[in-house]
Amino acid sequence: MSNVFIALQANEETRPIIEAIVMDNPQAVVKREPAMVKIDAPGRMVIHKETIEGLVGRAFDLQEMHIHLITLSGNVDETDNSLTLTWNN
Amino acid sequence: MAVTSLKEYIGVPRDTVANFNGKQLVYVSWDHHLLFAAPFLLCIPPQMTFREMVEGPLTALTQPDPDAKNIDWSKVEWMKSNQAWVPNFGASLADNGIGHKDQIRMRTPNLNSLRAAA
Amino acid sequence: MDTQVTKKKLGLKERYKLLTRDLGWETTFHTKDEVYPYVKYEGIKINDWDKWEDPFRLTMDAYWKYQAEKERKFYAIIDAHAQNNGHLNLTDARYLTAIKMFLQAISPGEYAASKGFARMGREFGGVGTQVACQMQALDEIRHAQTQIHAISNYNKYYNGFHAFSDSRDRIWYTSVPRSFFDDAMSAGPFEFMIAIGFSFEYVLTNLLFVPFMSGAAFNGDMATVTFGFSAQSDEARHMTLGLECIKFMLEQDPGNLPIVQRWIDKWFWRGMRILSLVGAMMDYMLPKRVMSWKEAFDIYGVENGGALFNDLARYGIKPPKGWDVAAGAIEHMSHQLFLGLYQWSFGTAFHGWIPSDDDMEWLSAKYPTTFDKYYRPRWEHIKKLEAEGTPFKNYGLAKLCQTCQLPTVFTEPGDPTMMCHRETEYKGEKYHFCSDGCQEIFEHEPEKYLQAWLPMPALFSELNGDIGAWMDWVGLKNGVDNGDYVGSQDQINFDKWRGMATSNKQS
Ligand SMILES: [Fe+2]
Ligand SMILES: [Fe+2]
Repeated sequence: MSNVFIALQANEETRPIIEAIVMDNPQAVVKREPAMVKIDAPGRMVIHKETIEGLVGRAFDLQEMHIHLITLSGNVDETDNSLTLTWNN
Repeated sequence: MAVTSLKEYIGVPRDTVANFNGKQLVYVSWDHHLLFAAPFLLCIPPQMTFREMVEGPLTALTQPDPDAKNIDWSKVEWMKSNQAWVPNFGASLADNGIGHKDQIRMRTPNLNSLRAAA
Repeated sequence: MDTQVTKKKLGLKERYKLLTRDLGWETTFHTKDEVYPYVKYEGIKINDWDKWEDPFRLTMDAYWKYQAEKERKFYAIIDAHAQNNGHLNLTDARYLTAIKMFLQAISPGEYAASKGFARMGREFGGVGTQVACQMQALDEIRHAQTQIHAISNYNKYYNGFHAFSDSRDRIWYTSVPRSFFDDAMSAGPFEFMIAIGFSFEYVLTNLLFVPFMSGAAFNGDMATVTFGFSAQSDEARHMTLGLECIKFMLEQDPGNLPIVQRWIDKWFWRGMRILSLVGAMMDYMLPKRVMSWKEAFDIYGVENGGALFNDLARYGIKPPKGWDVAAGAIEHMSHQLFLGLYQWSFGTAFHGWIPSDDDMEWLSAKYPTTFDKYYRPRWEHIKKLEAEGTPFKNYGLAKLCQTCQLPTVFTEPGDPTMMCHRETEYKGEKYHFCSDGCQEIFEHEPEKYLQAWLPMPALFSELNGDIGAWMDWVGLKNGVDNGDYVGSQDQINFDKWRGMATSNKQS
């Protein structure tokens, strides 16, 4: 199965996002590179607003992620509550 | 159709021989001698003899290669447009059939110092 | 019951619907064909424009809000960089060669992309596509501006930056990316989307920006990391637009498949040729290297590209035709191009150099089957020439590829000792190519590519071969911007200023 991935800038605001991704996607693999963090997962990755809000202790709009995104791979589906990446293979 | 377009479209070639003030472009490369990263581009008159091209620009440009001093020009094998071909050293480029933007290749079979050991 | 219904907060999908609702009106003064004259001639059939959806569904207010925040972050860091002698924190001023090349060759591409997407925002028929293209047009002009602004700090101290807009139009190597964008912009809207939105943004941008930015972070270049990440934060949206557009085309009509496939083949190949510049940058120009070009290609090309094409297989899409040839050349392309950049460095607005012994050791380790065998002997000989006082310069200029406009530095597939010679004749004129891929692109649309302005022939047709006049014309200061890094003003100044910054020395 192909990996989907997301890469975020390494900064204070992405720390809880990365933590939430790891909590919600047990198969995710985190790679820390200079100034960025890349997270791979086989076939599918879901980012839940609720998990991030639990970690940051405030309301969080998933579209805030746009500020810190570097790149991603996979078909995207975004709703108010989650952002999902998938490969259909 | 020679281009995807709304209606018929004919392009104007940029590099026709008429634009080179009486000269023409000739490309020359030396097979397996990749110290030179690409074929040389020469802009020379068609009246120049093949010998003048060899003893002039070609000798000067190939100088940095360690094999250059050992070239026996009478034994060099030549290709034109990727086909084996024998030049007449005394005749002009034009009389040798070397047209604008022709690619000449030279081979020196036993002379390949910088070529990778097989 | 009389309880008041609380007004429900609109969801993401509904908000996006409202944003675009009134943009798709039925025209009455003119027919749709007159309003959108370019959407049919490429042969792509669209039955229902409303089927295209933007998965991010970014509304205009949210767009401005997040973009403004990105700008604030960007300028905070750029100011700090300028205020804290950021230009002295580099590992080595040699590093700036990569940034000079970026400013001359890549930033103008951002501007070209902006123009292209502005046009596509007008030419496409569907409202979702129009909005996404217009946002991308704004993004791309922001990228061009922030890059020029960030890099302008280096222009105060170092050479090679001052004439980037003339370089963009006139110097030889910049014609490679320029012709890439010109080719895309002179195509129809659908091909443009495959060229820039899909091939460039989805398949290639990771290979361009991610290693570049990590390289900048590794080499102490905070300005570039910052503009890179700021630009890259828009990229996820761009990549998604590209992918959604290709799926949309393929879902709309089965007849679209062969057209889309041919564009994928073409633009993958053109993109790989541009990436040879990135390969040379990663393997040779960064004093402190993050990963080799080959390693980057394994991650972002093989793994990620493979996943993408597996996914698209359900539509009948095959991996790009030149994929295997490109993969076979990965361990050669950066070496072949940098060798050229070195020997023609009298004509580049950046410096060249002979790789140090350390560099060569790294290259052998990263390219165990190719570097020592093919490329080290050439560099050892070049070192010898340098030591003997006859440094190697190739004044022969170079044959350029009619399609990609790179010097034809690449070798035959399967034989790294033999240069690839390809030529064709069309209407009595000869044309030369670096590869089968470029030749096929030409042969499909010869009337387009025969017009190419090739800088090396132009030096003779327009300036009679006068190199001095050419240098003036391209804005290249001889002996200052060009030539070897060792002994250059850049090297001398960097060492001096760095000494002043880290000790109490006054000069
Ligand atoms: Fe961009
Ligand atoms: Fe090419």
